[in-house]
Amino acid sequence: MAGVPQLQKRLVDYTASLFHEGVLDEQFNQLQLLQDDSNPNFVVEVVSLFFEDSERLLNDLTKTLNQQDVDFNKVGANVHQLKGSSSSIGAQRVQRVCIAFRNYGEEQNIEGCLKSLQLVKHEYAIVKNKLETLFKLEQQILAAGGIIPRS
Amino acid sequence: MMEACNCIEPQWPADELLMKYQYISDFFIALAYFSIPLELIYFVKKSAVFPYKWVLVQFGAFIVLCGATHLINLWTFSIHSRTVAIVMTIAKALTAAVSCATALMLVHIIPDLLSVKTRELFLKNKAAELDREMGLIRTQEETGRHVRMLTHEIRSTLDRHTILKTTLVELGRILALEECALWMPTRTGLELQLSYTLHQQNPVGYTVPIHLPVINQVFNKNGAVKISPNSPVARLRPLSGKYIPGEVVAVRVPLLHLSNFQINDWPELSTKRYALMVLMLPSDSARHWHIHELELVEVVADQVAVALSHAAILEESKKARDLLMEQNIALDMARREAETAIRARNDFLAVMNHEMRTPMHAIIALSSLLQETELTPEQRLMVETILKSSNLLATLINDVLDLSRLEDGSLQLDIATLNLHSVFREVHNLVTPIASVKKLSVTLNLAADLPVYAVGDEKRLMQTILNVVGNAVKFTKEGSISIKAFVAKSESLRDFRAPDFFPVQSDNHFYLRVQVKDSGSGINPQDIPKVFTKFALTQSLATRNSGGSGLGLAICKRFINLMEGHIWIESDGLGKGCTATFIVKLGFPEQSNESKLPFAPKMQANHVHSNFHGLKVLVMDDNGVSRSVTKGLLVHLGCDVTTVSSSEEFLRVISQEHKVVFMDVCMPGIDGYELSVRIHEKFPKRHERPVLVALSGNTDRITKESCMRVGMDGVILKPVSVDKMRSVLSKLLDHRVLFEAT
Repeated sequence: MAGVPQLQKRLVDYTASLFHEGVLDEQFNQLQLLQDDSNPNFVVEVVSLFFEDSERLLNDLTKTLNQQDVDFNKVGANVHQLKGSSSSIGAQRVQRVCIAFRNYGEEQNIEGCLKSLQLVKHEYAIVKNKLETLFKLEQQILAAGGIIPRS
Repeated sequence: MMEACNCIEPQWPADELLMKYQYISDFFIALAYFSIPLELIYFVKKSAVFPYKWVLVQFGAFIVLCGATHLINLWTFSIHSRTVAIVMTIAKALTAAVSCATALMLVHIIPDLLSVKTRELFLKNKAAELDREMGLIRTQEETGRHVRMLTHEIRSTLDRHTILKTTLVELGRILALEECALWMPTRTGLELQLSYTLHQQNPVGYTVPIHLPVINQVFNKNGAVKISPNSPVARLRPLSGKYIPGEVVAVRVPLLHLSNFQINDWPELSTKRYALMVLMLPSDSARHWHIHELELVEVVADQVAVALSHAAILEESKKARDLLMEQNIALDMARREAETAIRARNDFLAVMNHEMRTPMHAIIALSSLLQETELTPEQRLMVETILKSSNLLATLINDVLDLSRLEDGSLQLDIATLNLHSVFREVHNLVTPIASVKKLSVTLNLAADLPVYAVGDEKRLMQTILNVVGNAVKFTKEGSISIKAFVAKSESLRDFRAPDFFPVQSDNHFYLRVQVKDSGSGINPQDIPKVFTKFALTQSLATRNSGGSGLGLAICKRFINLMEGHIWIESDGLGKGCTATFIVKLGFPEQSNESKLPFAPKMQANHVHSNFHGLKVLVMDDNGVSRSVTKGLLVHLGCDVTTVSSSEEFLRVISQEHKVVFMDVCMPGIDGYELSVRIHEKFPKRHERPVLVALSGNTDRITKESCMRVGMDGVILKPVSVDKMRSVLSKLLDHRVLFEAT
């Protein structure tokens, strides 16, 4: 098992790369700021909430778009929710795709919506994956007795 | 007398005839003497005044006594008794006394009476004189009345023709003229043209050269001048041999012009233009011009001049007013057109804003996503080019939108505290990579007295510096770029290059002076003014493949103007490099409030802003993630947070205890605005009501206006950072109002 400094360095690099790639944005930093001794698991809680919410929304969207008569209002509402959530935690790429998705919804462009749905799912998968890796790294550091470095 | 005898009948001596006659005469004398006083009394009584009453008495007494004497004499012709003699003696004595007295008196009285006569003569003469004078005054008064009436007639109209016509008509009437004519100078000023006559309806264009001796004579005299009826100006009626033409008088009428009136010197003889008024008495009338008539004519001529000048002034002012009205209308139309154009442009821009940005973001987002996937090198190159071009396009769109907002004046600076040193360092960091590729050295020189913190618009200041430095880098092929920043002192502030720039020194502000010098290709001094004009790329700039939209420097200039500064470029010519300098006004940060400074050391984990401790806040948001993030934020700041996810729940939970309410107004299906109205109804008094803040995904003007209209106290853009939330809460609690700049 790598030493704490190496783990910390890996965490820092990994986090930096996430920002660099645009997967996360400044808002995620803000979230991390809110985590303190009175609220030690704030980020994890919020992110978990995000995962639950997003999965539900994505399922709803899939169902709605696969119907014969697509209810674009519902689509719009769900996409709005997803956009809101993703922007709240700083999932930048998800948010961006949601914006495009919403426009397609307003235009009632089925093709566009389906394409966007695919994209959103793809982006969501990426961000979920990356965040889970991040949290695992953090757990490892904590388990090794170190503290999580904050930039 | 005969000796007394006893005979009763008197004896008639030889001369008894004489005695008889004496007797009769005495009788008549007595009669007369008695009747004179009676007559006197009678006539004096009849007359009203007689000053010498007592003289009359005296005279009357004298006469009466004389009469009595003569009467008594009647008895003395015959033998008479002693009584008669005594009476006679007494009478005579009295008569003597009285007559002497009267004689003495008359010496006094007769001169008096004579003088009465002279006085009477004198008074008669006086009366005659007064009569004459009365006659004169009456004539004068009548003349005056005529003049007043004529003046009134003339002045009652401002129409030139009416004035002149009325003058002639009235003069003709008052003075009973045969003919009355007015000669006006022609445009050339060399001739007089017959313009108006009394009796001829349409005078033929009959002209007379202006330099005739008779005309000069009249023009040189101030008053009316008698002229010969044979002079050309007076020959208006066809002459027939029978008539002896009446006397003719001519008077000059000064034609005053507006330009004649200087404020400091009233026109004396500066008017050179006169008209000629000719008046003819009826022929064969043997009438002569009287002084008072001439005076009347002179006065009228003056009045006419004044009236004409008034009419002229009025005409000109009417013309000016009409012109102004026309111009006004034209200007109004132009303004409305301009407004329509601006509105159209704004609408267009608003649409473009949304329409263009949306696909742009899609392109940029998707291209960057594409970049992440597996690509062949050629594909990667293509994608990178797509990204670069679309970024450029996005920048261009932003620039255009920014510029139009700048020109509208609707752009406002976001004033906040900023770290000046770090701004420059960031610019340096951004520019160095590109510069090093071109093998240019970039040196940054910050003066020692340059404050670290300042108050201003960080984003736009950086944009400006970046633009200027970027230009320097763009147009330099080799050599170096130097950036110098310092605080401008008062001497260096006033620059001859900026005549409109009036820097004001004060304790709250300082002027930052930035000088960017490059050793590049320079600018032709003639092109320098064009550099700040938008879209104006000179030939030399364009050939250097600038890749700029031409807007950059124009925008910079606008920003700098907004920051109350000035920018200018100097260049010694092509190939000799270029120095761009600008000065902007920045504020000194307040020393008191430490927490306002950005880049302050990060908060300790347990740090809670004491102001917010226990502050009861209500958060309404239907998005779970958003809700918990916002809650976490507020909890971190020490607030006591309650969350609701629907408006029913909200209305149930809201109470006076909650000091601040954050509500998401983007929730579809739930009208945040309506909720705000309901809250206002529920808590009509201000101090009972919580502060209402809207959380929204966009903070454009429409959203802000809608929020303001329904009575919200502020709008914040989601997502909110910790610092933003903290400052928002502070501001809200201080001022109870917050509307964020876009």
